[in-house]
Amino acid sequence: MSSRSYVMTLSLFFLLFIITLGVTPLIGPSKISLARAFSDTLSISNNVDANILFQVRLPRILLGALTGAALSVAGAIFQALLRNDLAAPFTLGVSSGAALGAVIAIALSLNFSLPGIPVVSLFSFLGALGAIMLVFSLVKTRHGEFPTGVLLLAGVTANFFFAAMVMFIHYLSDFSQSFRIIRWLMGGLDITNYKTVLSISPMVFLGIFILMFVSRDLNLISTGVHSASSRGVNVSKTQKIGFITASLITGTVVATSGPIAFVGLIVPHTVRLFVGPDLRILIPASMLFGASFLIACDTLARTILSPTEIPVGIITAMIGGPFFVWLLKRKRQV
Amino acid sequence: MIQILMQLKNISFTYETSPIINDLSVAIQEQDFIGLIGPNGSGKSTLLKIMGGILEPDSGWVQFKESPIARINKKLFAQSVSWIPQDHPMVFPFKVSEIVLMGRHPYLSPLSFESSEDFEISRRAMETTMTSHFADRYFNEISGGEKQRVMIASALAQNPEMMLLDEPTAALDLKYQVQILKILKDLNTEHKKTLILAMHDLNLASKFCNRLILLDEGKIVRDGSPEQVLEKDILEQVYGIEVDLDCKDGSIRVHPAIRS
Repeated sequence: MSSRSYVMTLSLFFLLFIITLGVTPLIGPSKISLARAFSDTLSISNNVDANILFQVRLPRILLGALTGAALSVAGAIFQALLRNDLAAPFTLGVSSGAALGAVIAIALSLNFSLPGIPVVSLFSFLGALGAIMLVFSLVKTRHGEFPTGVLLLAGVTANFFFAAMVMFIHYLSDFSQSFRIIRWLMGGLDITNYKTVLSISPMVFLGIFILMFVSRDLNLISTGVHSASSRGVNVSKTQKIGFITASLITGTVVATSGPIAFVGLIVPHTVRLFVGPDLRILIPASMLFGASFLIACDTLARTILSPTEIPVGIITAMIGGPFFVWLLKRKRQV
Repeated sequence: MIQILMQLKNISFTYETSPIINDLSVAIQEQDFIGLIGPNGSGKSTLLKIMGGILEPDSGWVQFKESPIARINKKLFAQSVSWIPQDHPMVFPFKVSEIVLMGRHPYLSPLSFESSEDFEISRRAMETTMTSHFADRYFNEISGGEKQRVMIASALAQNPEMMLLDEPTAALDLKYQVQILKILKDLNTEHKKTLILAMHDLNLASKFCNRLILLDEGKIVRDGSPEQVLEKDILEQVYGIEVDLDCKDGSIRVHPAIRS
């Protein structure tokens, strides 16, 4: 890949992201005027337009961007590590593992926090890591191949198992916790503020940077573990870094936004069609496209039944379901 | 003076409970062109992976130019020794040129891109293997013989002194088998590469290799020139089938004796 085409391609994805970021805050049930939002004659507390724009819509859009970016990058990484393009945080059960972790934290009303890391995020990350370890141990084979059938079965098994655990906890919890859990499980970006956005940004960006650092090693692993090893890649170390980091960013965003389905599957696939499978460009491009995609889905979720808002997870699942079926069908034809 | 490039001493490797390689010792000399032959399950692939630093033996040691390979930095080792698997399942749509460039991995630091020198080395590797004209095609869409040549180009881009190939001619038709072996012979004589090939076709092995190593149940049964290794009673004992031998144009040919 030449560095010029690299910069060109990423600029296009960046442009798309900037446009999405610029346009979507203006769309919503209540019409807002930019002129009034930025007017200096009104005080901030009296400026309704500014309040809607900066206090309601913008933090939600930024959270959507982070969530979409993290899930998409995690999807691209899981696909490369497992050498299977149907792998994604949702299909592998990693999202539901993270959900279980978060639900446990909510149900136990745990409120302590490690420096900078909310306890729900921590539990969510542990759940994601547990899920990927479970799936990996189920599908690991002698030759380092991960057959599609086994992989999907392992993902479905993990999903069901974690869902059952979540239901169990849900059943035992009291009314207010129960409401919090069910609302959170639907996946949504609505209850947020800048503090939440700021608290998850460092994790997500650090994670993506680490993954960029090992991206060429992961490229080689995606073509075969033994040949990667023969080219000087430390396979087991890179696998560990990849699995842990992808689980970490998944857990971080799932803890805040709930298990939003299929983003990690749709986005890397779509982006790969344009930029190819080289992770050095696939990671940043998926990050930007995933951010734009989830913002767009959330805008739809905010407006489609206006004034009622629906959780964005419902929109992504409705797009993702048919997409997944199409992928499976195409795979069988090859 | 003949230089020893790689030395294996008392190597054993066990998979689960069955021994694959059993107390094996051998020395590889510079510019050897070795055919590793033997029945299925005799340990050829495993031995190549041990030589390539991909598998670690349970006991014994491997030295490359006087240093134990376990102590050589993986990337540095990959600059000297390359390994090519038997088949190349590819999940993602990489282009041929991208696959060849991956051979430059051991020379690159993280977060860096290939330099014009890397592109130049890959281009030369593709010329040597006659793969330049389909550099922009998808790896998954080319034929088996073409894939094998691309993988050789990629291994060549590592600029290795020693190349290990696991059955490079398996699953190819006659024309491609000969084409691949001619490319490899050229690498051996013109580019001074040391080559070790796991092979099933004894006649091609005898024609192209200057040294054969016959493996059986993880042990070396014979090691030497094709004339020394391809002997009727030894082959019959190892392969468990009657064979006839003849000699044409100075190379030995082996035929399984099929009597009804």
